[in-house]
Amino acid sequence: MLAARSIGASIDRVDGPLKVTGAARYTFEQPVENVAYLAVLQSTIAKGRITAIDAAAARAMPGVVEVLTHENAVRIASDDDEALRVLQTDAVAYCGQVVAAVVAETPEVAVEAAARIAVRYDEQPHDVVLRADHPSLYKPPKVNPNFETDTHQGDVDRALADAPVSIDHTYVTPHYHNNPLEMHATIATWSDDGVTLYDTNQGPHGIRDDVAKAFGLQPERVRIISPYVGGGFGSKAFTHPHVILTVMAAKLAGRPVKYQLSRRQMFALVGYRTPTIQRVQLGAQNDGTLTAIAHDVIEQTSTIEEFAEQTAVATRMMYAAPNRRTTHRLARLDLPSPTIFRAPGECPGMFALECAIDELANELGIDPVELRMRNEPAVDPETKHPFSSRGLVACLRDGAQRFGWDERDPRPRERLDGRWLIGTGVAASTYPTRRRPSQALIRVDRDGHYAALIGASDIGTGTWTALRQIAADALEVPFERVELQIGDSALPKAPSAGGSMGLASWGTAICDAADKLRARLRDDFGGVVPADGLEAYGEAGENHFAKQYSMHAFGAQFAEVRVDVDTGEVRVPRLLGVFAVGRVVNAKTGRSQLLGGMTMGLSMALHEESILDARFGDYTNRDFAEYHIAVNADVGRIDVEWIDEQDPYVNPMGAKGIGEVGIVGTAAAIANAVYHATGIRIRELPVRLDKLIG
Amino acid sequence: MNPFRYERATDPHSAITTLTASPHGAYLGGGTNLVDLMKLGVATPDLLVDVARLPYDRIVVRPDGGVNIGAAVKNSDLAAHRTIRTHYPVLSQALLSGASGQLRNLASTGGNLLQRTRCLYFQDVTKPCNKREPGSGCSAREGYHRNLAILGASEACIATHPSDMAVALAALDATVHVQGTGGERVIPLVDFHRLPGDAPQRDTVLQHGDLITSVEIPACPFGARSAYRKVRDRASYAFALVSVAAALDVMDGSVRDIRLALGGVAHKPWRATRAEAALRGAPATAESFGRAADEELAHAQPLAQNAFKVTLARNVIVRTLLDLAEVR
Repeated sequence: MLAARSIGASIDRVDGPLKVTGAARYTFEQPVENVAYLAVLQSTIAKGRITAIDAAAARAMPGVVEVLTHENAVRIASDDDEALRVLQTDAVAYCGQVVAAVVAETPEVAVEAAARIAVRYDEQPHDVVLRADHPSLYKPPKVNPNFETDTHQGDVDRALADAPVSIDHTYVTPHYHNNPLEMHATIATWSDDGVTLYDTNQGPHGIRDDVAKAFGLQPERVRIISPYVGGGFGSKAFTHPHVILTVMAAKLAGRPVKYQLSRRQMFALVGYRTPTIQRVQLGAQNDGTLTAIAHDVIEQTSTIEEFAEQTAVATRMMYAAPNRRTTHRLARLDLPSPTIFRAPGECPGMFALECAIDELANELGIDPVELRMRNEPAVDPETKHPFSSRGLVACLRDGAQRFGWDERDPRPRERLDGRWLIGTGVAASTYPTRRRPSQALIRVDRDGHYAALIGASDIGTGTWTALRQIAADALEVPFERVELQIGDSALPKAPSAGGSMGLASWGTAICDAADKLRARLRDDFGGVVPADGLEAYGEAGENHFAKQYSMHAFGAQFAEVRVDVDTGEVRVPRLLGVFAVGRVVNAKTGRSQLLGGMTMGLSMALHEESILDARFGDYTNRDFAEYHIAVNADVGRIDVEWIDEQDPYVNPMGAKGIGEVGIVGTAAAIANAVYHATGIRIRELPVRLDKLIG
Repeated sequence: MNPFRYERATDPHSAITTLTASPHGAYLGGGTNLVDLMKLGVATPDLLVDVARLPYDRIVVRPDGGVNIGAAVKNSDLAAHRTIRTHYPVLSQALLSGASGQLRNLASTGGNLLQRTRCLYFQDVTKPCNKREPGSGCSAREGYHRNLAILGASEACIATHPSDMAVALAALDATVHVQGTGGERVIPLVDFHRLPGDAPQRDTVLQHGDLITSVEIPACPFGARSAYRKVRDRASYAFALVSVAAALDVMDGSVRDIRLALGGVAHKPWRATRAEAALRGAPATAESFGRAADEELAHAQPLAQNAFKVTLARNVIVRTLLDLAEVR
């Protein structure tokens, strides 16, 4: 592993001053000459066909440059991704689908002109409600990104029947919409060389490849520039229709075109987390030893695309048990396509599993921390691979001690402070530790200044700073001597910031480039940088240890809640998360990542829910006034800790990804604490006051 | 956004004349609700008459303790006013429970009263809504209505009024001073907003062109013993599921006088006159507070998703009154 000098330090974000002074330009702020603005018209039906479009009034408006419909749209060159085939057909597959667009001199004219386009539909009956008995449920070939759909070991049903203690409950999570602070935005400019986009995304190379494919271009003729990105949470990982539409509009208009989604459009065009219906069955001996674990998931995808969330995958390795089963079934509904949303799979899946473990602990009369420890597996229960490192028990122990868990009275509804019922709860966190192939380039000049170049992304996580720390340590030079260039597809090809794999993948490539540069400098130039400088490409391939070891980050989350006896209002005065995530590259931005994850988990526990009106096939609460996200007043004290964990197998930095593990388990810890406070078990999120005041 | 003209009013008379002559115009105060509705296409005025700079920005405390609040006084300033905080804490608390600091810095007293409902269907021009488009139907009744009315609703509309301030003012017997082409009128706040009936498009009794100039709070000797309790889905920045504005005068364990109003339950701030009548002279106990709440809520007609509001309203009424009576 890399010797840590800069790694581990608590370094302020290098881009912080630029951001707080407004000097860091986000996509929509990029100045582009002669730019025109795009606005879209969305379908008001969930299924059917467009029979007529009357755009005469829109075209007649002063300032309108171009109107796009399926009748005049540029033909998309690829049919790989149906969701990106925007304006290619008269078919409507979901409510909110783009059915027309306007390019105009100002955004105001574009919006008004779009509103004046009249669309007539032949509406067909739609099907938008996920049910456990939905007739179209099917088994997808894989779940995201490429896990087995189902797994079976032993005889689960028999073990459950034989178990002296068992539980069998169904947990439900709603639709969630990713809502980064910065809405998605794109500016497209065509030239003789191809097309250049300013775009807000989690990785420029993926967007580049999709745009190239859609317009039949060589990837080198597409450039994506994305230096600063205001959050993503998964919604900016993949290309969405608005990117293709903007590129198409710029082509038709013959000039640069700029588009930013409105907040309301975020609820139709850039994905969401599938709702889930999860049945969890656990069987145990009287001493708490698990004999059976079954986790059967019902979830949804759209009619135009398959996205199968890996909801039960974490259950495959969390706890030991000889008999185990996980399954995933999907319904194809007339809704937009779901996508990845911070910790896809682990986040909703661990809500169900960790509430179920708590329910089992209550049945058994065993402390829930102790119950988890008793079922700690020696090796990965399904693959039988050893864990490269597994810190769950250490996190539970450390957290219990810090939280004061030992003094806990397990009886529910026993503590009253004024009009507040008080309770505490615990849950485990986990997230897989992986990495993807990446390239990087490092240059050094005669003055000993280094530049690391890589098509990485900073979506607000701290890449600008943390990746520079890795480069500095890999080069064995001070942090200040290294410059970093990221956020541009013209830089060496790199994977996106997603799956908590960004820093691990990019850092591994940077380490390889640094090794090669230092070797050349030493072997070919006697340690003296030549007059015109020196550079070296680095490459990170697959991690071959991944075939030998089971690699995951873990954590333990503890929550204290207060529930108002009269109103059912829930407050969370205290959260504690203790994590085992290998080495944390930047203590400050790393802590922010985990803190942000836990805050989002709190939001999931108490607030977030996209409300679908089945009659229209549309979401009703499409703004921040009604799609509730936790506000400052909802967030009490959150303590974030990590244990010392050395893992030489994951990557040269010994760092496990931390972008997602923080959100996993928080909602379960809070729901478990609500049970402890009130004696009421909420198995359907969010935990809201109307569920607590019978 | 629909194109519109903008005029800044220099005096009340010209503002009223201008707007009266423009049937599709609207007054612009702080703009915190109207501008949103314009962006959504819900409001499509062709003229905005900006009245924010008219000379209605003063708070005048009368010798008897009553207060006259200019229509242009900002919510933040009203909430922070010493007399309001000490003599009418219910009003200060109600204001501070609404919106956010930034919005309260812009929002005016008159504009606060004229907020439109936040019913999700009202705000979505692609869905039927009798309030937005009379005769198109009510999407909420058979759709999402968890946050909507349980009292005084009609077949045509189950919207709630979103204001917190207005609930406190309803409890305080406030009056609204209105200037129109026919001169000045004084409208009791409890009569200012309408129940939906078969004309839910009309939120208030105002005529087009009427301009709110001030709100008057009469002296209330027990106003200092008042409170606003708002229950919502998160700790801040959410509209009330149920709120209670109450002022209580207790003497020797009995209720000598009481003012009680509910928010989040009806198309208007709901003055709980039945509960008040039941409580005058009654013992200040949890039992009588509960009985009075039941009497008020006996007329509730909740729907599937908002039935919890009946229990919630009862609990919050009882708890608020117990706290004011200092009965533990």
